[in-house]
Amino acid sequence: MIRVSVQPAPIDLGTEIAGVEAKGAGAIASFTGTVRGDDGVTELMLEHYPGMTEGALVALAEQAMDRWGLMAVTMVHRIGPMEPGDRIVFIATAAAHRAAALESCAYLIDRLKTDAPFWKRERRGDSAAWVEARGSDEAAAERWD
Amino acid sequence: MLYFAWVREGVGSGEEQVDPPEAVVSVADLIGWLAERSAGHATALANPAKLRAAIDQRFVPLDTPLGSAREVALFPPVTGG
Repeated sequence: MIRVSVQPAPIDLGTEIAGVEAKGAGAIASFTGTVRGDDGVTELMLEHYPGMTEGALVALAEQAMDRWGLMAVTMVHRIGPMEPGDRIVFIATAAAHRAAALESCAYLIDRLKTDAPFWKRERRGDSAAWVEARGSDEAAAERWD
Repeated sequence: MLYFAWVREGVGSGEEQVDPPEAVVSVADLIGWLAERSAGHATALANPAKLRAAIDQRFVPLDTPLGSAREVALFPPVTGG
């Protein structure tokens, strides 16, 4: 069971976790990313590539299902304007045992960072700037090769 | 063509139809050809090392042949998550 959602609406943790737990697995792992208020950030705007984004997330979820023998994967990414503290991304994996659930959850957030077409723009008061990609994200994604 | 993030802002549009000549073989060729369309294109596409591309919604290196591509997108390195 794969659930992928790219949405402007806030991420409801209770609903999303319950959706994965319902599959009856022995282990559920999840990752929640929130907007940091680094250096006075007042708004984060998320742009994406409609169609390609959903396809990229489904492809990642399918890879994780195969590699770790998962029972369910949920990947939710918010788009549009957000404020510091808002949830921006949520990933959950369900497996028979904890190692597969925890490892696959780490895999999915590492790969999402480099394999899905999202772009962040930070606003600080009256000025806005596109966030630059980080080499550390590339390295984190490559450790799963 | 589709453009995203600061490439879209520089070009001044997120989408345009183009019909490149036969000499435009690869994505890199296309970037060079598009850069001559306007001052905005020239600025946004000036440094291909800062650009990434997708053909028909799949990431590709810039030396990839366009082949029978229907949709080409240019954008900065991704920053989601």
